[in-house]
Amino acid sequence: MKFRNRQRLDVLGLLPFLAYVVVFLGVPTVSVVVGAFQDDTGGWTLSNIGAAAGDPYLHAFVVSTEISALTAVIGALVGLAIAFAVSASPPGGVLRQVVSTASGVLAYFAGVPLAFAFIAAIGSQGLVTRWLGALGLDISGFSLFGFAGITVVYLYFQIPLMVLVIFPALEGLRPQWQEAASNLGASRWQYWRLVGGPLLLPPFLGALMLLFANSFAAYATAAALTNGIIPLVPIQIAAVMSGNVAVGQENLGNALGLGMILIVGLALAGYAWMQRRTSRWLR
Amino acid sequence: MTATIDTSTEARPGSPVRLAGLRRGYGQVTALDGLDLDIAPGELVSLLGPSGCGKTTALRIVAGLEHSDAGAVFVDGQDITKVPANKRDMAMVFQSYSLFPNLTAGENVAFGLRLRGVSPAERRKRSGELLELVGLNQHYDRYATQMSGGQQQRVALARALAIEPKVLLLDEPLSALDAKVRVQLRDEIRGLQQRLGITTLFVTHDQEEALSMSDRVAVMNDGRLEQCASPDEVYTRPATPFVAAFVGAMNRIGGIASGTEVEILGQRLSVTQPPEVPAGSKVTALVRPESVLISPAVAGTVRVARSSFRGPVTRVTVELPDGTEVDSDLPSSAAVDLRPGALADIRFAPEPVMVIR
Repeated sequence: MKFRNRQRLDVLGLLPFLAYVVVFLGVPTVSVVVGAFQDDTGGWTLSNIGAAAGDPYLHAFVVSTEISALTAVIGALVGLAIAFAVSASPPGGVLRQVVSTASGVLAYFAGVPLAFAFIAAIGSQGLVTRWLGALGLDISGFSLFGFAGITVVYLYFQIPLMVLVIFPALEGLRPQWQEAASNLGASRWQYWRLVGGPLLLPPFLGALMLLFANSFAAYATAAALTNGIIPLVPIQIAAVMSGNVAVGQENLGNALGLGMILIVGLALAGYAWMQRRTSRWLR
Repeated sequence: MTATIDTSTEARPGSPVRLAGLRRGYGQVTALDGLDLDIAPGELVSLLGPSGCGKTTALRIVAGLEHSDAGAVFVDGQDITKVPANKRDMAMVFQSYSLFPNLTAGENVAFGLRLRGVSPAERRKRSGELLELVGLNQHYDRYATQMSGGQQQRVALARALAIEPKVLLLDEPLSALDAKVRVQLRDEIRGLQQRLGITTLFVTHDQEEALSMSDRVAVMNDGRLEQCASPDEVYTRPATPFVAAFVGAMNRIGGIASGTEVEILGQRLSVTQPPEVPAGSKVTALVRPESVLISPAVAGTVRVARSSFRGPVTRVTVELPDGTEVDSDLPSSAAVDLRPGALADIRFAPEPVMVIR
């Protein structure tokens, strides 16, 4: 009886977190979902969904998906390569500490400060642009404010995020597995094809989904950088919610938000499925 | 372990292995300092020694997982020192569970066969037979995490045997298991090794394991081989003071040298090797607890300090007049009256003892 009471008391500790989730995730999500199917008078309608599924918003979904997919794939591959190199270094070494700390900081360095940093560095009048110009290398033709520019800037936080997410998976590959495989006659390639690769694939694909969702939901960096020139979904939502396009379009914003929830939810469901697949070996 | 062994897993002539002058250092630390060892075909030799003595380094060099700074490894008379690990035709069972977690027990066992291009049907048949050999034919589709530690090590053993290696390498495969499973698996491994006739190098720091499983025990210390002999010889006729002290328990009792004899507590015993000291010099005699005989005596010369019941045997520790403590392993029935504080007589079995200065 005492044990049960103790358990109840322990659960009380979760209350602040649960309250936080309800207020800042649950209520807004329900509000967005319900609002997506309501008109200005509160009546039920599918017109918001219809509008969100047509241009220019459909185009925004396409561009957002393209940028998210591209930065997720590049970020995942480059991040994997970095994490792989670091995992080969001695445990507790300086390289590990530096990369781990730097990734932890850089993965969450986004928004206006990041946009400004890039403009100041490789914008048309940026410091690095001028230095390279002085060396005869002209990069002023590269625009930070287009698709390629956003991709480069997003990679700045996508790559460190990948390093953070995939490093534990790489660390989880025991050296004994490779030694045992080699001992049984496997070449390095055969080890990766039959053991290392299959073990790493689920966490890699899971991380890819996470990076996609991370990029898809990013708003501040793109908004500060492009001032709305690139039609990304979060920027479109901001536009309709702030009334810059037309007054009374909040529910269209909700419909766009619902689209985002569905796409990010799909990506995260993929992530969860991959994690479950890995845990099949760990049960 | 009642499975019928398939004819293809019956004994085949094992391969002779020779380690010649193996040296290996890590910075200032010398892990191996000129190790020479010959292993006969089908023989099981244990490398026994304390942590850091170089036994695992030696095994890993034989497996090709590490290189030596000097020396060579020969199998079947061929120098394989430069041959990569995956071309050596050896199989190793590791200390920690090294089953591939993404493969079932059956797929783990079939792994080496798959690399050798064996057809899926044949792989399935052979891996099933080997799992049966280690008593796990019902576990074919289980993943490593769905099996106990002992089961995992059995699968690892089956996986190693599947490729019919020239040499089987065992790197403390029992150390992570609980005592009961360890003893059971120890006997099973030895039984299989003898049946299949595979030349085996077994690394352990557990002397009981080494003594009970091996044809010969190679005792190592500080990267060097101290003695390589049968378990009986290592125990009863240790070649060096280190072996005497490391293998089994040993009392160190002060005595007086007298040519080929030593006098301890008024009793003269022959020595295994006369010490290079003048007669009458003080020496230390090394005496096993089972060679120390204690009996209750009202006017005894020693006093019982403590006793520890260990089933059929009781270890009685007595204190000599000079304060030295001496252990004696007695049949428990003979130790009933030897309670702490009791006076007793001490004698030594008339066997040769080792003497050091």
